[in-house]
Amino acid sequence: MRFDLQVIASWIEPESRVLDLGCRTGSLLIHLTQEKSIRGTGIEIDETAAGEAIAKGLSVIHGDIYEEIEDYPDNVFDYVILSQTLQQVYDPEKLIREMLRVGKRCIVSFPNFTHIKNRLQMFLSGRAPVSKELPYEWFNTPNIRVIPIIDFRRFCAGLNIPIVREVALSTHHHDTKGRVIHFLPNLLATFGVFMLGQAEK
Amino acid sequence: MNEQTNTLNTGPTVGQVKKQTFTFGQTGEELTLDCGRTLAPVSLAFETCGTLNKTKSNAILICHALTGDSHVAGFYSPDDNKPGWWDLMVGPGKPIDTNKYFVICSNVIGGCMGSTGPVSRNAATNKPYGTDFPVVTIGDMVECQRRLIDSLDIDKLLAVIGGSVGGMQVLEWSVRYPDRVCAALPLATTTKHSAQAIAFNEVARQAIMADPTWNQGNYYETGRPEHGLAVARMIGHITYLSDESMRHKFDRKLQDRCEFSFDFEADFQVESYLRYQGNKFVDRFDANSFLYLTKAADYFNLENAYGEGSLMAAFSRARCRYLVISFTSDWLYPTYQSKTMVKAMKKNGLDVSFCEIEAPWGHDAFLLPNERLNNLLSGFLDRVRAECVRGDTDAI
Repeated sequence: MRFDLQVIASWIEPESRVLDLGCRTGSLLIHLTQEKSIRGTGIEIDETAAGEAIAKGLSVIHGDIYEEIEDYPDNVFDYVILSQTLQQVYDPEKLIREMLRVGKRCIVSFPNFTHIKNRLQMFLSGRAPVSKELPYEWFNTPNIRVIPIIDFRRFCAGLNIPIVREVALSTHHHDTKGRVIHFLPNLLATFGVFMLGQAEK
Repeated sequence: MNEQTNTLNTGPTVGQVKKQTFTFGQTGEELTLDCGRTLAPVSLAFETCGTLNKTKSNAILICHALTGDSHVAGFYSPDDNKPGWWDLMVGPGKPIDTNKYFVICSNVIGGCMGSTGPVSRNAATNKPYGTDFPVVTIGDMVECQRRLIDSLDIDKLLAVIGGSVGGMQVLEWSVRYPDRVCAALPLATTTKHSAQAIAFNEVARQAIMADPTWNQGNYYETGRPEHGLAVARMIGHITYLSDESMRHKFDRKLQDRCEFSFDFEADFQVESYLRYQGNKFVDRFDANSFLYLTKAADYFNLENAYGEGSLMAAFSRARCRYLVISFTSDWLYPTYQSKTMVKAMKKNGLDVSFCEIEAPWGHDAFLLPNERLNNLLSGFLDRVRAECVRGDTDAI
């Protein structure tokens, strides 16, 4: 399992109710079901991936995360997970508010855009950065948001959404191994993982 | 309803099966129908395959579609070369695995394949009911199935599975008897007919009723309305296909000729196909039954029956897990209708999985070979089995 997913899994309390947005074939949910006896639900837009996840015995809705999340009542989940998808979200504020409506906590992971390799590439070549974490050119990237870790913190503060936990990681997109970055995370981390709580009312 | 499965090699088989009959209401316990009339006695034709385990917790009820029957899998005799209508799906090692599950399939009330219906003899007149037969509903069909399940001493069904009108019965089961269903699998179906679906059914009924030999339904001694019934079936077949599947299958190809006939012969392959399907159907189906069954499908409305107009309220009764499946090219029961039920299930906090399968074959897709469908059903059932079957080592 991907290293960022391992970190996310370590944050989940046993026997909780978990919604995984963009669950692909359900590897995180399977892991959490087996290791932590969670009650999991997934939403996945790709038919093949959703079909595989259901065939594994998971409860998965084949559909669009923005539409499907709207149907759930308030607070039915303990955790709502959005892993490595935020950079593709058209309206992050709306989605995160929905996640925190249906779940008590939400967990978000994303590639840190201001990682030193990206900065150097831009600075030295003058071109849009292409990295292992963000491997697309400007004309074919599905990643429409560039998110530095520190900007994400400011985004949460602006929305009055408390950050319950955060960790910066250095790992490659598909790598199962990685390490936590404590020193200069906005410069040295390839991924940020945040657990958010519901906004104070 | 599909005829293509007949020519396929359907793989491992459950072997020989026997049509059985369950009759109730001979001594009291008559059936009170949704229309208010009572009916007794009532017979249901049914078949089973697989073995019921000791705790009776591995039973799966399969509900057939509009014109189906109890012969879901296997063969009636060693010389029989036509397997049951869902032999692709039901059998040893197949998605609905008869090594694991005890499978039950019964002919619906109002049908003409062994269960009580308009073709049955009315004890009061000693003649077939014809249109004196009371109008039945999907709810009445399920009520009868429930009595059959009672008679088999099965307290809770592991799953109820069905496509199309069979899917309506699945949905009805899940809200009518929430404590008696572990899992419901409604495939290519809807919680209520659209105006378009009712419209096609009405044209089909009119085709039968406009046939002079229909004679207000009293034709059992004078000759059946074969032409009307064949046209009704042709209309049905159009709704089971899709623009794409018709183009792929027939396009504008001519049948047994290279030029137009310049008369009203079946020039095009699609005409020939529909005529063939219509004529073949007449041999096995009763026209009055067709009227009753299409009416039952048109009347079906889960939200009105159980939620005073709210589908969410209707599903608040449900307790089971759901696997809802639709097909991209099904325009009879389009995906939005499945999504509507999924939405209502989610709002009730029910455990639901949904998949829209990409398939070009129209409504018929649920009866055709489909690897995705197989995997979804077998994987989902494995989970339900792990969660709900007790003492499975008892299963043979």
